[in-house]
Amino acid sequence: MITLAHFLSLGAVLFCIAVAGIFINRKNVIVLLMCLELLLLAVNTNFVAFSRYLGDPAGQVFVFFILTVAAAEAAIGLAILVVLFRNRSTIDVTSIDTLKG
Amino acid sequence: MDQWPLLSILIWLPIVGAILVLALGRDARVARWLSLITTLATLFASLPLYLNYNAVAGGMQFIESHAWINALKANYALGVDGIAVALIVLTTFTSVLVIIGSWGPIQKRVSQYMAAMLVLEGMLIGIFAATDALLFYVFFEAMLIPMFIIIGIWGGPRRVYATLKFFIYTFLGSIFMLIALIYLHMKTGEFSLAAFATAPLGTTEQAWIFFAFLAGFAIKVPMWPVHTWLPDAHVEAPTGGSVILAAIMLKVGGYGFIRFSLPITPDASQEYAWVVIAMSLVAVVYIGYVALVQDDMKKLIAYSSVAHMAFVTLGLFISLALVRNYANADAARLGIQGAMVQMISHGFVSGAMFSCIGVLYDRLHSRMIKDYGGVLNVMPWFGALFIFFSMANCGLPGTSGFVGEFMVILASFQSNPWIALIAAFTLIIGAAYTLWLVKRVIFGEVTNPKVAKFEDLNAREWIVLGSFAAAVLALGVYPKPLTDLMDSSVLQIVNALMLSKA
Amino acid sequence: MLDKNILLTIVLAPLAGALLAGLFGKRIGRVASHSVTIAGVALSCVLSCQVLYQLVWGGAEVFNQNVYTWFEVGGTSAHVGFLIDRLTAMMMVVVTFVSLMVHVYTIGYMAEDDGYQRFFSYIALFTFSMLMLVMSNNFLQLFFGWEAVGLVSYLLIGFWYKRPTAIFANMKAFVVNRVGDFGFLLGIAGVLLWFGGSLDYQAVFNHAQDPSMDMAGRTVELIAGHPWHVATIVCVCLFIGAMGKSAQVPLHVWLPDSMEGPTPISALIHAATMVTAGIFMVARMSPLFELSETALTFVLVIGATTALFTGLIGVVQNDIKRVVAYSTLSQLGYMTVALGVSAYSAGVFHLMTHAFFKALLFLGAGSVIIAMHHEQDMRHMGGLRKQMPITWITMWLGSLALAGAPGFAGFFSKDAIIEAVGESHRLGAGYAYFCVLAGVFITALYSFRLLYMTFHGKPRYVVDEHKHGHGHDTHDDHHGHHEPGHLAHAPHESPWVVTLPLVLLAIPSVLIGFLTIGPMLYGDYFGSAIHVAGHNDVLGELAHHFHGALAMTLHGFKQWPFWIALAGFATATWIWLFNPSIADKAENALKPVHTMLSNKYWFDDLYQALLARGGVSFGRGLWRGGDAALIDGAINGSASIVDQFSAIVRRVQSGYLYHYAFAMILGLILLLGGSWWVFTRAAV
Repeated sequence: MITLAHFLSLGAVLFCIAVAGIFINRKNVIVLLMCLELLLLAVNTNFVAFSRYLGDPAGQVFVFFILTVAAAEAAIGLAILVVLFRNRSTIDVTSIDTLKG
Repeated sequence: MDQWPLLSILIWLPIVGAILVLALGRDARVARWLSLITTLATLFASLPLYLNYNAVAGGMQFIESHAWINALKANYALGVDGIAVALIVLTTFTSVLVIIGSWGPIQKRVSQYMAAMLVLEGMLIGIFAATDALLFYVFFEAMLIPMFIIIGIWGGPRRVYATLKFFIYTFLGSIFMLIALIYLHMKTGEFSLAAFATAPLGTTEQAWIFFAFLAGFAIKVPMWPVHTWLPDAHVEAPTGGSVILAAIMLKVGGYGFIRFSLPITPDASQEYAWVVIAMSLVAVVYIGYVALVQDDMKKLIAYSSVAHMAFVTLGLFISLALVRNYANADAARLGIQGAMVQMISHGFVSGAMFSCIGVLYDRLHSRMIKDYGGVLNVMPWFGALFIFFSMANCGLPGTSGFVGEFMVILASFQSNPWIALIAAFTLIIGAAYTLWLVKRVIFGEVTNPKVAKFEDLNAREWIVLGSFAAAVLALGVYPKPLTDLMDSSVLQIVNALMLSKA
Repeated sequence: MLDKNILLTIVLAPLAGALLAGLFGKRIGRVASHSVTIAGVALSCVLSCQVLYQLVWGGAEVFNQNVYTWFEVGGTSAHVGFLIDRLTAMMMVVVTFVSLMVHVYTIGYMAEDDGYQRFFSYIALFTFSMLMLVMSNNFLQLFFGWEAVGLVSYLLIGFWYKRPTAIFANMKAFVVNRVGDFGFLLGIAGVLLWFGGSLDYQAVFNHAQDPSMDMAGRTVELIAGHPWHVATIVCVCLFIGAMGKSAQVPLHVWLPDSMEGPTPISALIHAATMVTAGIFMVARMSPLFELSETALTFVLVIGATTALFTGLIGVVQNDIKRVVAYSTLSQLGYMTVALGVSAYSAGVFHLMTHAFFKALLFLGAGSVIIAMHHEQDMRHMGGLRKQMPITWITMWLGSLALAGAPGFAGFFSKDAIIEAVGESHRLGAGYAYFCVLAGVFITALYSFRLLYMTFHGKPRYVVDEHKHGHGHDTHDDHHGHHEPGHLAHAPHESPWVVTLPLVLLAIPSVLIGFLTIGPMLYGDYFGSAIHVAGHNDVLGELAHHFHGALAMTLHGFKQWPFWIALAGFATATWIWLFNPSIADKAENALKPVHTMLSNKYWFDDLYQALLARGGVSFGRGLWRGGDAALIDGAINGSASIVDQFSAIVRRVQSGYLYHYAFAMILGLILLLGGSWWVFTRAAV
């Protein structure tokens, strides 16, 4: 029997993997973007699980919203990435530090 | 004229003009003419203000009031008394001359420069016309922006340092003022100056508010020891910026003392008047000596402005002791009138002096005294005017520079002869630094070959300096119209000073 | 009844001339410029004479009326107005007459100068200012005139503005005068405060003389525990103003330097009129000064010191104008002494006689200078009497008047002063008596020294006619003579525009004293214009011994001053006419004294070091130490503290996304953990 706890555990694992990916990854901005998607996915998993558990479809509606936003975000993110690469010929995370104070 | 919102017109006309200049001013000539027309229109619009103001009745006239921020009970409330009328006319008059004076020297981004000047004019008129504290504060702060831009873009080599210093310095002061205003708002529930003036305030409250106001206005005047932004700002500012700064912006500080400190905190003003008086007297002597040793003409005049503005604060605060301790209302009126006349006169004289330096700067691109000498040989008319304004600067009777100083010295003598003694020292030191400047710049043989090629004033410079000269002379020979204009307003202030609020 | 319009015309006519010549001088040309100014001043002069006539013989009332209100604030008002009584009328005539003479003279003197029109404009402006000063009926206008004449003096001393010495002298003159005006302004403020709250002469004098007010006894404690008489404070302050304008020790230093200006104005401004403004002012304020014995003693001592010690400097000067300048200082001292012993009319009387003969001497000196092609050193002159007889004779007459030869104008006025001092019992009168008597000797000494060195003996100049040739004086050579004592061509008598004023001034220099001493000193000419308290009235005492001018002249031969002057004359004659070598020997024998005198008692050096250089280094100290180091130091310091703090804090901003993400997570954990902790505690 797969209980709510399994779903929540899966969400937490996904979330942790994503966070770890953001921290540990020093190479590639694309990986960062993927991790961000993964973060959202973890949240979506939780939303769906709770929606089913509580019998409230509102959670699943939110998932659609988030998916839409995530898609848009991915599109913009990749576009920025392309421009970034065009300008700096690299997508190495350690070399992107213009925000440095 | 009742149906015309004259004050609003005066405030917004230059600002609308500024927008037009920005929109249409691709061509520098269009920008210049358009701004000249705007300032001239404003000047003419300000004439009915002077002509129709009923000086005998006094009090606030040309009143306008519209709800502005209901939640705060802040109103768009305008009105002028004799003092404000005088300052507004000074503003509109000087603005025209500044625009004419900037005709040649400003060649880059003309439309933006002109627009900044016009916005500044509107803001300054707004300050003098506001009868609502919040509205005053908005104009008070907003005026910094165009000035910041003028110095920062069209200024000299150290303009960034100067403009930051100017902005942060004055902004710091006004923050304290804002706190005081908020406190008063909490106390009275509204922002009208009249309500502030009648609100009862305890001694401690008054003291805090007084010092908050002092921080705001003393920096603006500027008084010793918070004056150091002024020489830097002047040195870096373009000529037009310097003229506006010296002629009008400094007056905002003195005006603030009259509108805020004296009526709202009369008891604290009396108690701490000695602080202001001491600062003023130190300024007269200290700044006089500092002005003596300047190598830079603009710095010299900037320092002399500080010394002259000290007479304004001296005249205002000496009146408190006179009213309260000696029950000498006549002398108090003399003191406040003297301070006001000094403000107007300083507007003309310092504006003229900075314009003169601008004339020289345009020819040699140097402000250093040592680069000049013997200018009279090549520019006789300019030399004559320069000597005339210098004489006004050291307070020669018959020029406007004398009137205010004379009145303030007479008034302060009645409070304490020693104060008058120190104040009168300006006669000596003022003559020394001004005439030494004249000696080194105007007189003598031409030593710099570039000076030998100077040409005398052109028509535009003639208009500017000639108008200033006419004003200086008129005010010096016949100051009565000005004192009559302000007399009943001053009387109201003096009467208010007699009442304790605590 | 005097007509206000006539008075206005008297004042405004010179002003109109000045404006026309000043603003349009270049356009209307030289002749038109001097014509309009001379016309203006001549009109003033004629009308002034008419005013005097009306007041003295026409039975006109004293005129005291305001023209317009300058300002009116509360109870304080200031006006522009005229007070015309006999004192004023006399001054008006003297001023306009001397001014007119100087105008005419200037046509000749400045003929070759580029600034011809400007010069006429200035002197006409001066006449306007001086008339405003003397005709005033209130302190404000007095101060206006006071400073306005100072301004014109400034402009005229610096007339040749290319000369470094001239522009130094004019600034010095203005600033030193400002020191006096500083006191003067405070005096005016004191008058307003203590003498009835008015600036009008009449109101102030009425208040001063009102017995119920007891102004003589009123005191004020400016320093706690030290009651001072208000009258003393006010009078000393006012007199400080007079010390500046009338060049009394220690504010005398500007006057000798003012000789840098063209000679006509040395005659007009720095001898005849402006410098006597202080004397006039004190005489006008006699109702105030009479209240304070202390102030009068102060006046007396200052005047006596000036009279003797500046005269001594005159003996060692070699510049012809400077001799006359120091003589002026000394004579101003005499006038001040007269004021100090309450003999105001004697002071004013000497002012008048002095105006004529000193203007004459200066213009004569100017005539010599023209002849010598702007050589002013008397060591390069000599024997000029043959070439310029008119100048010679008029200078002799002027010098005799100055030295006080019986019968000449100066005799009456100076003798009256000396006798008045002898009669006075005021503190310091003994010292003053010594000074004025010794001064008589000195006056004779330098006067005749000047005459002998200039007009007598053998010529000490060389004429290089062949070297230069003619056409030399077509261009302006006011500063450039090449070798001292070398002239392009022989000196000759000056043109009529120069000599006519000399002759016209010589007449009053000889006669005016004889004619006017009776009414002016011992009669009631001044009437209520000058007030002397009964117990101070030394002239009243002397009046008992006065039996007409002729008797006084004859009596003069038996008096001390005559013999002292004669001794001075004899000494001068012996040394400079017959044995010029003695002068050098005496100079060597009295080396320290000579050094002291030629350094003018080191006043200039002292002021230069202490006030000028000291002031500059003080200012520099304040600027560098106060403004730059302390104030800006604090401001820039606080800015740099913020700067340093941010330099540390900014390290947190590494720019790496993963650092920011980590910080976010960390923050989130802290926030959640913190709030969980708070809520659970609250629950417990």
